[in-house]
Amino acid sequence: MRYLPLSDSDRANMLAQVGVGTIDELFADIPESARLKELENLPRRKSEMEVERHLNKLASKNTSASSVPFFVGAGAYKHHVPSTVDHLIQRSEFLTSYTPYQPEITQGTLQALFEFQTQVAELTGMEVANASMYDGSTGTAEAVLMAHRVTRKKKAVLSGGLHPQYREVVEGITSQLPGGEVVSLPADPMGTEDILAQIDDETSCVVVQSPSFYGQLIDLKPIADKAHQHKALLIAVFTEVVSLGLIESPGAQGADIVVGEGQSLGNPLTFGGPYVGLFATRQKYVRNMPGRVCGETVDAEGKRGFVLTLSTREQHIRRDKATSNICTNSGLCCLAFSIHMTLLGGSGLSRLARINHANAIKLADALAAVDGVEVLNEAFFNEFTIKVPANANDVIEALAVNGVLGGLPVSRLEPGQSELENLIVVASTEVNTDEDRAAFVEALKEVLG
Amino acid sequence: MSMNTQGRPTAPGTADAPVHTTFTGNKALNMEEPLIFEIGRSDICGVDLDEPEEFTPRLGSHARQSGLDLPALSEPETMRHYVRMSRNNYAIDSGLYPLGSCTMKHNPRLNEKMARVPGFADVHPLQPVSTVPGAFEVIAELADWLMKLTGTSAVAMSPKAGAHGEQCGMMAIKKAIMEKGEDRSIVLVPESAHGTNPATAALLGFKVVSIPARDNGTVDPSAVIEKIKENEGKVAALMLTNPNTCGLFEPDIIAIADAIHEAGAYFYCDGANFNAIVGKAKPGDLGVDAMHINLHKTFSTPHGGGGPGSGPVVLSERLAPYAPLPFIRQKDDALEVVETETQLEPGEVPFGRMTAFHGQMGMFVRALSYMLSHGSDGLKQASEDAVLNANYVRVGLQDLMTLPYGENPCMHEVLFDDTFLKDTGVTTLDFAKAMIDEGYHPMTMYFPLVVHGAMLIEPTESESLASLDLFVATLRDLVMSAKRGETQRFEGAPYLAPRRRLDETQAARKPILRWTPPTPTDVEPKAAAE
Ligand SMILES: Cc1ncc(COP(=O)(O)O)c(C=O)c1O
Repeated sequence: MRYLPLSDSDRANMLAQVGVGTIDELFADIPESARLKELENLPRRKSEMEVERHLNKLASKNTSASSVPFFVGAGAYKHHVPSTVDHLIQRSEFLTSYTPYQPEITQGTLQALFEFQTQVAELTGMEVANASMYDGSTGTAEAVLMAHRVTRKKKAVLSGGLHPQYREVVEGITSQLPGGEVVSLPADPMGTEDILAQIDDETSCVVVQSPSFYGQLIDLKPIADKAHQHKALLIAVFTEVVSLGLIESPGAQGADIVVGEGQSLGNPLTFGGPYVGLFATRQKYVRNMPGRVCGETVDAEGKRGFVLTLSTREQHIRRDKATSNICTNSGLCCLAFSIHMTLLGGSGLSRLARINHANAIKLADALAAVDGVEVLNEAFFNEFTIKVPANANDVIEALAVNGVLGGLPVSRLEPGQSELENLIVVASTEVNTDEDRAAFVEALKEVLG
Repeated sequence: MSMNTQGRPTAPGTADAPVHTTFTGNKALNMEEPLIFEIGRSDICGVDLDEPEEFTPRLGSHARQSGLDLPALSEPETMRHYVRMSRNNYAIDSGLYPLGSCTMKHNPRLNEKMARVPGFADVHPLQPVSTVPGAFEVIAELADWLMKLTGTSAVAMSPKAGAHGEQCGMMAIKKAIMEKGEDRSIVLVPESAHGTNPATAALLGFKVVSIPARDNGTVDPSAVIEKIKENEGKVAALMLTNPNTCGLFEPDIIAIADAIHEAGAYFYCDGANFNAIVGKAKPGDLGVDAMHINLHKTFSTPHGGGGPGSGPVVLSERLAPYAPLPFIRQKDDALEVVETETQLEPGEVPFGRMTAFHGQMGMFVRALSYMLSHGSDGLKQASEDAVLNANYVRVGLQDLMTLPYGENPCMHEVLFDDTFLKDTGVTTLDFAKAMIDEGYHPMTMYFPLVVHGAMLIEPTESESLASLDLFVATLRDLVMSAKRGETQRFEGAPYLAPRRRLDETQAARKPILRWTPPTPTDVEPKAAAE
């Protein structure tokens, strides 16, 4: 087996050294009744060539985003990632290192985390950020639990503009907590819900996504103000981090915790994971924050260095009193994010964001010109919702047959609600060309025709 | 003899190296690298992007007013920045990484190649199901391997790491208990457990009751039974790691499982150490109800300096109905994807959802590539080699270092305590740091908590005999040195790493968690004569 360096004679010598006759003597503690002779019904080893053949065959059944006009967003976005990023994250020293438990020999990872935290804090307009969560959705659930710890209250109010699967992740965990209460507002495609009316003294946190799942931009300031009047926290969520290049940071609008998906920078779509959860908050809440954090310090010679710090919040020290159970996070995806962010810089990100916004406007106008199609959002970034004069799911399937991946029918995630059945969430990024847009419009006309 | 570029032979100098400091602070190949924020500029960009043509924004009143003060680096500077930083990292690809409980095995590059095929890397989790049948086939095929390797009948694929898998398994258990209308609030956790076990239980509102280990490092079924009796009708589950964190297979695991089941509770097994027993035993045959598998340990997906991971949870028939959304249903010959409650069939009562989308597809492809490469025969051989390597290290060191539980075989990792360092003035930490100077990543230290000054060594199956021999010889030399009283080799170690010991107390007391621009008083003018 190509991955195993021991030869049969090595094994024989080693068994003799260890003082046993057979390898099975080392497994003697396995109860007799459970000892396996052989694994049945599974194939035997394969060469590289055979494995490639098998997996390539499976991959070839999928339509990749780059091969068609592509407009699906809804929490994961098709962006162009500079070649440098993937090259660098495959450096052995980054790829095959563990969590930096021994800082003297992991300064590479630690410095990258420190830079990542700085970038995330600056983007979100917050004071501190952690070294990542698994993704935006799990980060949102952690933010709610953190708000419960900070406020010592247990009622979360979730906006109807929150990604439905994020909402389900939050509901899933809070429904199992003693006393946990969640008020989830109905789907809110146009951002017209009255969330202020839901905030009261029992409220621990209000969770609002902007741009919303439907693409709507939301004014967070009044929500923050109302939340703070009731000693509740505003958790601001985003799924498209590129939007922060152009729209006001949640921190500047008064958010207490900002959490979102960082996939758009540096990370491929990969069918939903691995991604990288960004998590930022105010300095005063840092000891309630979940997850690892990297901090600056000095070594015995006074040289600047970095370490994982504030670990008295964490499971390996605090066990059942920890702020979270997270251990492994999204290290390499943070690195990819941070490299892409470094190549762009703040002004590059803003330019990228303007390109996205301009492309989305062109697409919105082109789609609105199709008979019977209505664009629901007035203010949006690179994503918006359209209403079509037919079942959205059928339309999307028919578009796919015509070689266009035209967005997400809302009913796929929010089934059984008649008012949502004709809605499609459509995204457009820098990868879309005029030809892509024209193809979409033509195909849509034909499908609706 | 090496030649310089003029073709003149170079000869090794005779002078002893002076204590040599450099102008740059660099040490030849080892270079100091400033932060991006210290070297980047706001007026350059490493990505070529043209401004869009004139257009009227539709941002309403939401345009960003606050600054976005992040400098950029050009592409060559970016390469250099990260390449230089990377050189300060230890990695499996550069040396033995015996971090117990973490299974730092070789990460095959075939896995990386396959994960980057556009049909996997460039597909969206919410594009029409009809356009991604191959993605669901990968998930189903990996699930099939995991169920067959563990002897179980269901698996939840979406959890994103081991701890997330624990959470998933425990949420399924809680849901099962709620469905039965019972009120069980206690989870039993042995003292030797990893921190994520009690943290997970507590996260879900359970009270953790700990179970002491017996003298041989394993769990005594009578201790479990005692706690069950003390908390009659209240015990929801036992979370037990097997093989355990002392590197031992729990010999009474079946009796323990029986006791738990008899009490109407569930058996959660932490499968972080599955690498020891793949092909040798199936957890399903041991009475396990739920067990997470760290694909980033046992199945070789790279750890990436802290993640990402993937933690699928295999489930017994009793827990299978409660598996979270989404899941794949095998219908005749076709695969059906179940994403929402409206798609459920009778008997399917998911507790909710762990994450958006379908889980860590990138890790699934890598793990499947690893499994296909090994095959059933190779996987079993890998476990046998992992166990053989750990035992070889054990017998190479047991006369000099101290085994807390006697000179018995271990599984894939061997646990020493610090008794052998008694009266040397050297601690486990010092010992670990001295290993760094010798070119090794230290073993896991001070975990598990059940032995004093723990040193948990997991060489994995990826090490050759020569590599193990050198490792054993090095540790022997270090132990003898400590016993001879050469404390200097340990106290200040590491001496040769990119950094000396770092001040963690200061880091925690006055946390600096991000770069901020220096204020004028921070900038001290450099003395001209220096
Ligand atoms: C025994 C044990 N359990 C659980 C975990 C948690 O796994 P993860 O880091 O993937 O969340 C680990 C790994 O660190 C472990 O060693």
